[in-house]
Amino acid sequence: MTENQEVITLSHVYYADGNVSILKDITGSFLKGKITTIVGPSGAGKTTLFKLCNGLISPASGDIFFNGKRIDTYEPTELRRNVGIALQSPTMISGSVWENLSLPLTLQGKQLQEKKAKELLKLVGLEEKFLNQNVKDLSGGQRQKVSIARTLVNQPKVLLLDEITSSLDRVSQQEIEALIVRINKESFTTIIWITHNLEQAISIGDYSWVMMGGELIEIVESSRLLYSKNESVQQFVKGDIE
Amino acid sequence: MSYATLALSLVFVLIPILLSKTLKLGLEKDTIIATIRSIVQLLIVGMILKFVFTSKSFIFIVLMLLLMISAATQNARKKGKAIKGMTWKLVVTFVAVEVLTQSILIGFHIIRPTAQYIIPISGMVVGNSMVLAILFLNRFTAEVEARQDETELILSLGGTPKQAIQASLISSIKASTIPTIESQKTIGLVQLPGMMSGQIIAGADPVQAVQFQLLILFLLLTTAVVTSIMIGFLSYPALFNKRMQMMKQKEI
Ligand SMILES: Nc1ncnc2c1ncn2[C@@H]1O[C@H](COP(=O)(O)OP(=O)(O)O)[C@@H](O)[C@H]1O
Ligand SMILES: [Mg+2]
Repeated sequence: MTENQEVITLSHVYYADGNVSILKDITGSFLKGKITTIVGPSGAGKTTLFKLCNGLISPASGDIFFNGKRIDTYEPTELRRNVGIALQSPTMISGSVWENLSLPLTLQGKQLQEKKAKELLKLVGLEEKFLNQNVKDLSGGQRQKVSIARTLVNQPKVLLLDEITSSLDRVSQQEIEALIVRINKESFTTIIWITHNLEQAISIGDYSWVMMGGELIEIVESSRLLYSKNESVQQFVKGDIE
Repeated sequence: MSYATLALSLVFVLIPILLSKTLKLGLEKDTIIATIRSIVQLLIVGMILKFVFTSKSFIFIVLMLLLMISAATQNARKKGKAIKGMTWKLVVTFVAVEVLTQSILIGFHIIRPTAQYIIPISGMVVGNSMVLAILFLNRFTAEVEARQDETELILSLGGTPKQAIQASLISSIKASTIPTIESQKTIGLVQLPGMMSGQIIAGADPVQAVQFQLLILFLLLTTAVVTSIMIGFLSYPALFNKRMQMMKQKEI
């Protein structure tokens, strides 16, 4: 195992919507097998950063690398399966939980095993009986769990999690945290986790990125997030604790 | 019918104008414009048709068809402005539908290959094709907008653009063709189709008029379904780029 191997690297990445600049000069790496948490006020560009890494959008300028190769050298479908994303709003396709869990494989013309589906439900803390439930009847938190399980079906090398616990109660939140840590340890999956919960960012993360106004302000060891020397980071951290 | 009797039929224009004036509906101007336009347009068409029919030249038939297709394209393209290359996609579709239907009609000797048949039937085919294209594009732009999250989800999981847009595509194809199918269920119960009525008034045998009307109905089924599917499959790729990303939608 190589220490500190970079799995995703961004180099001077800019992104704009028309004339509005959304991300400015983002340079940094996510390390293989580590958990990186991303914090920052809403509108900072965190979700946009994820969509860039998953290939849903492309930078206006700058380069993004996955396993040392520019992401635009990969087939978009291949990249997206390897860099899986659980989107901020857990969109469901209409139908049952089963249909949603099967989706990543049906897209490849494959079939999900029922046993596997049940395992995944258990993994995210949902009972087997949910399998045939219509997603219309699920709570926000339950959808979020289905969304995570669905992303796991592709067995991504990198898992991008966008505020996946914000709609969950405390118990579910801890369950999901434990799950993600386990996935990270067992399958050595690289985790990048956007959260507005500083406590979570610190306790789960190996490293943390602080983003504000489209800029990457600081990359810091999560345990040192509260002691950052950077003034904006200090202010943000304080504001959040108050 | 003589021009004198036609002149008398203007009574039917006077009635709404008078009513509009008395009740201050403000419809007079539009009624008059509509009347003049319909007189001029139809008379010109009639004269052109007479000329084309007597000349028996194939070139004129083709010219008429091209005219119809370009008018239909002109009308429908406004609805698909957000989609790149809409004009030629419409032209290709209209031409394909026209060629398909006429080949079957003429190939199976259902109609004779003369202007009297080809032109009016093409008018109905292209006209309906245009309406279907407009219905489809209206619905499709709305569906794409409403299902943006779903499209993004499927792309994010490694789906192709076609898989990501499929739900919008299928539901728009269905929604746009259903009126054609539904209207055939009640046809004849409430009102007689215009073409059939015209034939009967002009002295044709009603059963024959019905047979011809049925032919047209079936023809329009093909027209509707083929138009929606073709426009759909030609349009959706323009919503994505080479990197399988959703293109930003301009205001539609
Ligand atoms: N599709 C979009 N079109 C236009 N502006 C967008 C779009 N997505 C995000 N933005 C803008 O980009 C900025 C960053 O958004 P986002 O990445 O969602 O931030 P965060 O996830 O940190 O809250 C915000 O100002 C937002 O309004
Ligand atoms: Mg966000």
